[in-house]
Amino acid sequence: MPIIKTSEDRALRLGTGAFAVFVVLLVAGIGVVLTQQSVLSIRKFGLAFWTRSTWNPVSGEFGALPFIWGTLYSSLIALLIAAPIALGIAIFINEISPLKLRQPLSYLTELLAAIPSIVYGLWGIFVLVPIVRKLELLAPEWLKKVPLFTGPPLGVGMLSAGVILAVMVVPLTSSVAREILRGVPMTQREAALALGATRWEAIRIALGYGRTGIIGAVMLGLGRALGETMAVTMVIGNNPQVSTSLFAPQYTMAAVIANEFTEAADELYLHALIEIGLVLFLITIVVNALSRILTRRVVRA
Amino acid sequence: MRKFKSNLIVALCGASVLLALVPLAMILFYVISRGFSALNWAFFTQTPKPVGEAGGGMGNAIVGTLILIVIAGVIAIPVGVLSGVHLAEFKGTRFSSMVRFAADVLNGVPSIVIGIFAYAIIVLPLKRFSAIAGGFALAIIVIPVVARTTEELLRLVPGGLKEAALALGATRAKAMFSVILPAALPGILTGILVALARVAGETAPLLFTAFNNRFFSTNVTQPIGSLTVQVFTYALSPYDDWIRQAWAGALVLVTMILILSIIARVATRRLERMARG
Repeated sequence: MPIIKTSEDRALRLGTGAFAVFVVLLVAGIGVVLTQQSVLSIRKFGLAFWTRSTWNPVSGEFGALPFIWGTLYSSLIALLIAAPIALGIAIFINEISPLKLRQPLSYLTELLAAIPSIVYGLWGIFVLVPIVRKLELLAPEWLKKVPLFTGPPLGVGMLSAGVILAVMVVPLTSSVAREILRGVPMTQREAALALGATRWEAIRIALGYGRTGIIGAVMLGLGRALGETMAVTMVIGNNPQVSTSLFAPQYTMAAVIANEFTEAADELYLHALIEIGLVLFLITIVVNALSRILTRRVVRA
Repeated sequence: MRKFKSNLIVALCGASVLLALVPLAMILFYVISRGFSALNWAFFTQTPKPVGEAGGGMGNAIVGTLILIVIAGVIAIPVGVLSGVHLAEFKGTRFSSMVRFAADVLNGVPSIVIGIFAYAIIVLPLKRFSAIAGGFALAIIVIPVVARTTEELLRLVPGGLKEAALALGATRAKAMFSVILPAALPGILTGILVALARVAGETAPLLFTAFNNRFFSTNVTQPIGSLTVQVFTYALSPYDDWIRQAWAGALVLVTMILILSIIARVATRRLERMARG
């Protein structure tokens, strides 16, 4: 902007800039501090930390494989459930529902995002887990031979965690997907309809147009699921094991930090937990950055 | 056949909306029905009773949550708003795109990781858990939200206002703080309110920063109770009375957050109407 620079304007730039720097410093600071505070564990175990599955604080043996497995597995289940539902919601609200219903429906789905994680957890323990246990009891014998469904029907475990994560991820994913769909020019749909396409065929054209953005929306949900702590901690069973079974109680990176941090009596134990936090931090940065790139490109186009 | 497929998919989309509303309805139903029956005066005024004794309440935790939010606000509002001002006023620079990216990254960092950071830089040096550490952790969560909201709302202020101020000889600083910021202020305040309400529901970053405290405390250098951590502790306890109180705590939390979101929604709608003229 071609304005004469006064000292006051320079003060505005530097003064507000000083606060803005703080935001950058925070991100850098988290990376640096977490690395410093996990150095004992990084030195002692190296990369083996991520491939070993013994987690024994008493003997000082730490391997984080069960946690990273649990985090990835539960997030994957959550996405498999949440992505189609979130997309369906976005399509319904944006393309199908009568105008009058749009506002209230989007408000209701956003309410899901306003409910605190701890409340999801409470509901999870006392309502969802008993329901899941009943469903697990219904599983016939032949199904229990499939590696996905082995083990006793406890209710707490991977399935409950995946379901609760899915519920929590849906509002974010669907609201971003709606934004993407809103960015698709109306002419795209009109052209399809004019050529005799059915409603779904027109919607599919719009979906194709916003493809990258929709992948970005799903990845944003993934970022949320990976770091979600309380609700998962309360329903996953907190058992450090690597199992493909949906019925098995398992553990996640965020959950082990939440449960064991204040119990970590010696430095190595604490550093091992913080190393898990550091890797969680790095993973979520990568996932979120990717999703930003994907969603932004579409919005710009 | 094509028609049928189209209708089927339209129906499936409608079904997914209903499917998402089921857990919402269930959660609200259980929180209200179970929480309401456990709510009484003592819940708001008393502190937790020792293990095994029935009764008591979460008065200290409610006060604790409020104190944590105030600390978070005191730290996050100036940093967030002024960063937002910078982003809106100097939008093209390389520095501001870096800040914008950092704010987006920070927004996606899991809250438990932010808790570790607050633990490392406040709890470790002070050698004890404290309300300050908890409030700081919450502030880090609020800052990026406030910064981006402020930026967006400042950009919505019609350019004519700024040009008029500059034409009258105002400096950019003067135009920003006397004309543009006041015009966007109601919206920014709403954004801050929503962000603080959301953060009141955070548990993970408080577990090892503010920790917990069974007694009334207003000392910010001491551990402090909070509704969320108290609900967590009680939910996993084997005592029926504590579990009932956990539901009551959840009801108080949800009510608080919903009321603030509704106020914010009404306020934004009014603002939009005003902007449209």
